[in-house]
Amino acid sequence: MACTHVGVAMSGGVDSSVAALLLKEQGCEVFGLTAKTWPEGSRCCSDEDVRSARRVCDALGIPHYVVDLSEPFERHVVAYFEEEYLSGRTPSPCARCNRHIKFGELMQRALAIGADAMATGHYARTERTTGGRIRLMRSADRGKDQTYFLFDLSQEQLARSVFPVGDMAKQEVIGHARKAGLPVHDRPESQDLCFVAEGEHAALIEKRSPGRVAPGDISDPAGRLLGRHGGIHRFTLGQRRGLGVAAMAPLYVAALDRATATVVLGPRESLMRREAVVSGVRWTSGRVPSGSERCEAKVRYRQDAAAAEVKPLGTDAAELRFDEPQFAITPGQIAAFYTGDELLGGGWIEKAVE
Amino acid sequence: MKAPRIYLDYNATSPMRPEALQAMAQTSAGIWGNPSSAHAEGRLAKALLEDSREALAEALDADPAGIVFTGSGTEANNLAIQGAVNAAGVEAPRVVLSAVEHPSVLNVGKMLEGIGVAVDYAACDGDGMVHPEKIAETLRPGTVLVSLMHANNEVGTIEPVAEAAKIAHERGALVHCDAVQSLGRIAVSVKALGADLLTVSAHKVGGPKGIGAMYIAPQARKRWEPVFHGGPQERNRRPGTENVAGAAGFAAAVRAATADLEAEANRLRSLRDRLAAGITSVVPGAVLNGSLGSRLPNTLNMSFPDVPGDALMMALDLKGVAVSTGSACAVGAHKPSHVLKAMKLGGGRRCGPIRFSLGWATTDRDVDRVIAILPSVMKRLRESGATCDCSG
Repeated sequence: MACTHVGVAMSGGVDSSVAALLLKEQGCEVFGLTAKTWPEGSRCCSDEDVRSARRVCDALGIPHYVVDLSEPFERHVVAYFEEEYLSGRTPSPCARCNRHIKFGELMQRALAIGADAMATGHYARTERTTGGRIRLMRSADRGKDQTYFLFDLSQEQLARSVFPVGDMAKQEVIGHARKAGLPVHDRPESQDLCFVAEGEHAALIEKRSPGRVAPGDISDPAGRLLGRHGGIHRFTLGQRRGLGVAAMAPLYVAALDRATATVVLGPRESLMRREAVVSGVRWTSGRVPSGSERCEAKVRYRQDAAAAEVKPLGTDAAELRFDEPQFAITPGQIAAFYTGDELLGGGWIEKAVE
Repeated sequence: MKAPRIYLDYNATSPMRPEALQAMAQTSAGIWGNPSSAHAEGRLAKALLEDSREALAEALDADPAGIVFTGSGTEANNLAIQGAVNAAGVEAPRVVLSAVEHPSVLNVGKMLEGIGVAVDYAACDGDGMVHPEKIAETLRPGTVLVSLMHANNEVGTIEPVAEAAKIAHERGALVHCDAVQSLGRIAVSVKALGADLLTVSAHKVGGPKGIGAMYIAPQARKRWEPVFHGGPQERNRRPGTENVAGAAGFAAAVRAATADLEAEANRLRSLRDRLAAGITSVVPGAVLNGSLGSRLPNTLNMSFPDVPGDALMMALDLKGVAVSTGSACAVGAHKPSHVLKAMKLGGGRRCGPIRFSLGWATTDRDVDRVIAILPSVMKRLRESGATCDCSG
C-alpha cells in the first residue's frame, strides 16, 4: 500500500522492530505503540519489553507511546483463558488478543492519534482484490506463518493492517535488524504465551480462582479408577506427560468431563477423529462458501494443514471433515481453513465427532 | 520544512534560559574547584556558590544562611518533611498534608504512615483550593508539621499559604511550603507566606535539572535535623560536594525569571486566557478544570469530554505540540489524577484532562497554532470511537 502515516505495534522483539524499520525505509511517517497488558511482573509486555521497544524507536528516530490496555486485556484475554481451562477446554488466547487488543484497542488508538494504518510484526500477508476484498495470505516463510492466530480479524481490521515482514524469512528479518544496527536482543525464541510461562498456566489459575479448582478422578475409558488429579484445568486433550499414572502402554488424555471433574485416559487411537464442529466462525476472506468446500485445515498451530472439507452451518458455525483422521481435535483451539495460501476462515472447536 | 515544535509543558520542565546556559558553561569550564578547599581554586568556587545562594535568597525574600542546595525539588521536599518529623520531640508526631500535594510530598506521607507517623489530609474545594479552615479542622494535638504547596502543578491553583500558616503556627506546628511551581511565576516571599521550610527547583524556572533548594527559616532550625550524613557542606544540613555550576545556573535563571516578574506574568496570563477562550470556542464541550481565579498565570487545565486524555496528548505530540495529561511523573500510567479526584470533578471530567503550561519562550503564534490544530485532532479522535473509560 502507498503508505503515509503508520503506527507500529511494537513488542520490543525483532519482528516488530524490523517492521518499523522497513516502513521507515519506505519513507512512511512512523510511530511506535506498545501495549501494557499485564500489570504484574511477567515476561512479555513487561517494563523490560517496553524499554526495549522504546530503545528501538529511539534508534529509528520515531515517537513511541505506551498505551495501558491491562483492563481490556484482563477482560478479553486472561479471564477467557481461565474460563476455558476451568471448562475442560484448551484456550487459544493469542487469537483473542489479536482481535480485541492488538487489532482492537491498540489499532483504534493508532488511528485515533493520526495513523492511517497499523503495522505489526506478524508473519502474514494481505492482498486487495479488484473488488476491494482483503485476502489474508500465509507468509512467505511457511514455518513462521501466523495467519492461524489472525483468523478472527474483520475485513475492516485487515484493511487497516500492514504486515511488513510477511514477505520475508525469519533469517532475513534478523539479518536486516543486524545490518541496521538495531538494538534488538537475541532473545530466545519461545512458544510461551506472553502472560504466563510454559507449564505455569495451572498455577496462575489456582492463584486467581482457588475456589473454582476441584480435584477429581483419573479413569480409563471403561470407568476404572487410575488415580486422582488436582483439577481438570491442569490438562489438555492429547496430553501424555505429567499424568501421574503408570501404565503398560502409553496413555493420553482422551476426554475432560467438567461436570464430574473426571480426566479420562485412553490409547492414541482413541483420540483419532475425522470431524469437528466449529463455532464462532469468521469467514476471514469475506467470502462465505455456499455449501461444502474443499480446503486445507489446521486444528492446532504447530501442524501442517491437511486436506478437508468445510461446510457452513447457519451464520457463524461450520462442520469440518478431514480426509484422514486427526489426533486430538481439541475443544477451545482454533480450526483454520485455507484455500491455497488464502485463509478462508476459522473458528473455535466445539467438539470432535466420530 | 517541518514546523517548529510548540512546547506547552513548562510545569513539567522549562527549556534552559540563555542566561543559565551561559552561567553554567562559564562555571563548568573555569570554576571547577571544590568549595570546601581552602586554596584559590576552592575559594573561587565557594565564592560563586555563595553568590548563587544570595541571589536565590533575594528572590525568595529569605535569609541566605537558610538556603540549602539539594539535588532536586523532590529531595528538598523529603528533607523538609522527614527532617522536621525526625526532630519532633513528641511521643506520637502527626503531620498534615494537603490532598493536592505533589507525589514527592504525598509519598513521603505514605512512608511516614508506614513507620507509625499519623498523616492527616486537608481536603480542597472544586477549584483545588485548600481553605485555611480545612487546615484548622485537620490539625490535632501532636501535629508537628503542615505541608501546603504554594501553587498546584496540575491545575495551577494558588493556595492560601499565609492564612494556613498563621493557623498552624498558633497551634505550634511548623509550615512547609512546596513552591516549585510558583517560583518565577508569581512572587514568592518566605516571610509573606510564613513558611518555616520551603522547596524550590531550578529546572522549572529555566535553570538546569539536578538542583533544587530547601529553605529553612531561623525559627525552625532547632526543630529540624539532617536526613543525610557526611561532610559539613551546606552548614551540615546536606552533605556532599556542592553542584557549583548547577547553583550558578539556578541563580542566573532565577534572576532572569524574577527580573520583570509582573510584566511576564501579565504576558503569560493574557496568552493563557486567549488559549482558554480559543479552545472553548473551537472545541464544544471543552471545560476548564478549576476557575481561572487564584491561579498561576501560565497554567491551564481543561477536560475534553469523550476522549482519553492520553490519546489527545499523543495526537497533539504527533502534530508537534507538547502538552501533558496532568503531571509528567505518570507517563504510561492510566491513573486518574489525584488532584482532579480531590477536586471531586465527575468521572468524565477526570477522563481527558490536558494541562497546557506556558513559559518564557511561549509566543502568540504558539497559541494561535494550537487553537488552529485542535479541531481536526478532536474530530479524528471522536470519529475513531476512542472512548474514555476513567471511572476510577
